[in-house]
Amino acid sequence: MDLNYGTEMEDFRQEVAQFLDENWPLKGEEKDWPFEKAAAVFRERAIERGYLYRSIPKQYGGSEQPPDVLKGQVIREEFGKRWAPLEARGIGTMMLVPTLLERGTEWQKEKFVRPTITGEITWCQGYSEPGSGSDLASLKTRGELIDGEWMINGQKIWTSGAHLADYMFCLVRTEPDAQKHAGISYLLIDMKQPGIDVRPLRMMTGSADFNEVFLNDVRTPEDWIVGKRGEGWLVSRTTLKYERNSIGAAQQTGASFAGLVKLAKETKIAGRPAIEDETIRERLAVLEGYVKAHQYSGYRQLTKDSKREDAGIINMMMKLFSTEIGHQTAKLSMDLIGDEGLLSAGGAELGQRSSSAQGWIGQYMYSLGIAIAGGTANIQRNVIAERGLGLPRDAAADRSSGK
Amino acid sequence: MNFDLTEEQQMLQETVGQLLANECPVTRLREVFDSDTGFDEALWKSMAELGILGLNVPEDFGGAGLETLDLAVVAETMGYHAAPGPFLGHALAIEAIVRGGSDAQKQKWLPALASGERVGAVSIADAEGGWASNQWKIESGESISGEQAFATGGHQADLYVVGLAGSRLGVVEAEASGVSRERVDGADLTRRLVALQFNQTPCELLADDPEVARRLHDVGCVLLAADAFGGSARLLEMSVEYAKTREQFGVKIGHFQALKHQLSSMALDVEPGRGLYWYAAYAQDHVKDESERIAAVAKAHITDRYMDVARNAVEAHGGIGFTWECDVQIWFKRAMFDRAFLGHPGEHRRRQAEMAGW
Ligand SMILES: Cc1cc2nc3c(=O)[nH]c(=O)nc-3n(C[C@H](O)[C@H](O)[C@H](O)COP(=O)(O)OP(=O)(O)OC[C@H]3O[C@@H](n4cnc5c(N)ncnc54)[C@H](O)[C@@H]3O)c2cc1C
Repeated sequence: MDLNYGTEMEDFRQEVAQFLDENWPLKGEEKDWPFEKAAAVFRERAIERGYLYRSIPKQYGGSEQPPDVLKGQVIREEFGKRWAPLEARGIGTMMLVPTLLERGTEWQKEKFVRPTITGEITWCQGYSEPGSGSDLASLKTRGELIDGEWMINGQKIWTSGAHLADYMFCLVRTEPDAQKHAGISYLLIDMKQPGIDVRPLRMMTGSADFNEVFLNDVRTPEDWIVGKRGEGWLVSRTTLKYERNSIGAAQQTGASFAGLVKLAKETKIAGRPAIEDETIRERLAVLEGYVKAHQYSGYRQLTKDSKREDAGIINMMMKLFSTEIGHQTAKLSMDLIGDEGLLSAGGAELGQRSSSAQGWIGQYMYSLGIAIAGGTANIQRNVIAERGLGLPRDAAADRSSGK
Repeated sequence: MNFDLTEEQQMLQETVGQLLANECPVTRLREVFDSDTGFDEALWKSMAELGILGLNVPEDFGGAGLETLDLAVVAETMGYHAAPGPFLGHALAIEAIVRGGSDAQKQKWLPALASGERVGAVSIADAEGGWASNQWKIESGESISGEQAFATGGHQADLYVVGLAGSRLGVVEAEASGVSRERVDGADLTRRLVALQFNQTPCELLADDPEVARRLHDVGCVLLAADAFGGSARLLEMSVEYAKTREQFGVKIGHFQALKHQLSSMALDVEPGRGLYWYAAYAQDHVKDESERIAAVAKAHITDRYMDVARNAVEAHGGIGFTWECDVQIWFKRAMFDRAFLGHPGEHRRRQAEMAGW
């Protein structure tokens, strides 16, 4: 075990700080550039120095650095202090890019990775359908190859960000005669075309981040397929793995926990800071046990990944573990905000500024959305039990997969 | 960054695991568990031959000179096999003498401890309650008198590292005058406890440095956390195995989703603890400003999870799980020990909060 604590990390921090002194905000005639343009230029420079997109190969626009969560942490801290732009987040960077890197063709990587990570293009994930959620492989949206083009018809639902996205990565049934899982292909689709109808759905938080997407004679070129025909299920497992890992990112739980401690310091119970209350302290301490376990499991996972070794069952647990911690964090925050728990989550889609309490209420609600999206908690438990612990497969799932 | 065990550590763990599997399989473990002394002399000798009784003794004094993480991975394996005997207290006594002993004192005790010829133990539970060094009440001096509650090592210990007032530590020989020890009716019969009485008993004081007592306490917390991780992993395995063999309603009970979900919750209680105890152990030697707090976090969290897993393991076995005959009870009681020894989770969480400046 070697965590490079001490002088090496301090030197690195100095180096990052100096880079930022020189590069953010932009200087000279670049000083007055609009934020988006400035951010893009700054990101390019930060990539050159190896600070952003560290896991993405140089040839596709990343900085290709050996994995190191501590350095990653230092970078986030130093960038954060100066409000410097970090990696563009989003479903495209977090899920599609890793999938393309693992399974895409050369031209697909060339074409899509760079503009995705700079934020030039955005993506949505078209998996779920009205009749196919947990049982995703039962999906019905059809794709037919006609004259060198895929023609797609069907409906997707709960598609986050579809109203903003340029492209969709999508699961489509292209081999209707094949067995359930073997009949699916993974297609990339341009969202800006006539056959696509996006209708927003309002979430319980009040905002409308997800949508129904109707596809009527939607077209996409023959080679906009990732993996071969009928391999879409396999390819989607790659994406899902990244979705679960990204939702499971331990950094998030650590940051939320730090926010919670801050809230407990600022909130009063009977005239004294809540953090001095024995019950609150105990609950925070219990929760921190989980947060730390999550953090070091993340370190371990990353080390295993970097050595191309399998971290084992922990990979299947990270999503469930982090959503459970997220739930506990949000629950404690609700107890801290007290009467303000009567407020709404704030109208994010209306551009209203929410109070800090409303922010926590939003998080309380979102912690549920995250528990459902990307595979519900029960489905995660099935996966841990069946694939992780080797318990017998569910009889109904076996029947429906035609085995 | 490399957050993983070294090849040497993995090998160490494997070797110890093999030794325990060969020499202390569950059949043998049960005999020792039900025996009068809870001590398996042959096993102790084998551990000595392997060198694991002096892992944390410096090479100059006949040991392996390794770090807390090495000790902890062995403790994990001990926990996995519910290895009976005085290993925990022995390792902690060594830790105190290494950190607080003069050269002469080290020369006097460490080689014999490293070779397993003498069994070391700790007596750091005040008779009126309290594991923290500021709760120790026996007046320190070259001769001590008073009582302590839960000393390790059963009737096997040859010398005790004793907690004294003012966060001092002293070494007392078991054979010294005025020492009497009485068996404690403990739940965990793999690790026997005694209550000690000292009556003008000769005592050799270790260095007047509160860091020594702190280190003893923190390394103790880490080893208990490691033991708890190993033990809970074993209970999970046993429960999964049972679910794959036991049949009801004409199918293996592992088919039932309620039980599957119970088992995956247990897995979720177990597996994330691994990185936490690794880090807590690593911090003892490499991250000084975090070492005390993370030891408290690991001890509170992982021993608590162990107890939860143990309860679920009993339940997953049904009626047989509730019997003395079922092996699960042995680990259940180790969980009780790991949770209570050196203070229950609530106490450590209070410290955790305090040290964070909350
Ligand atoms: C905020 C949010 C964002 C989302 N974003 C996207 C997106 O961008 N793209 C996309 O494709 N999808 C998205 N989804 C959809 C999400 O993936 C699905 O909602 C999820 O997979 C569950 O499917 P379902 O809604 O059909 O529920 P169902 O599958 O009908 O599940 C209902 C309940 O039954 C339980 N259940 C079902 N099967 C089993 C079983 N075998 N064993 C035990 N319990 C079972 C579930 O756990 C759940 O509690 C999003 C969802 C949310 C909430």
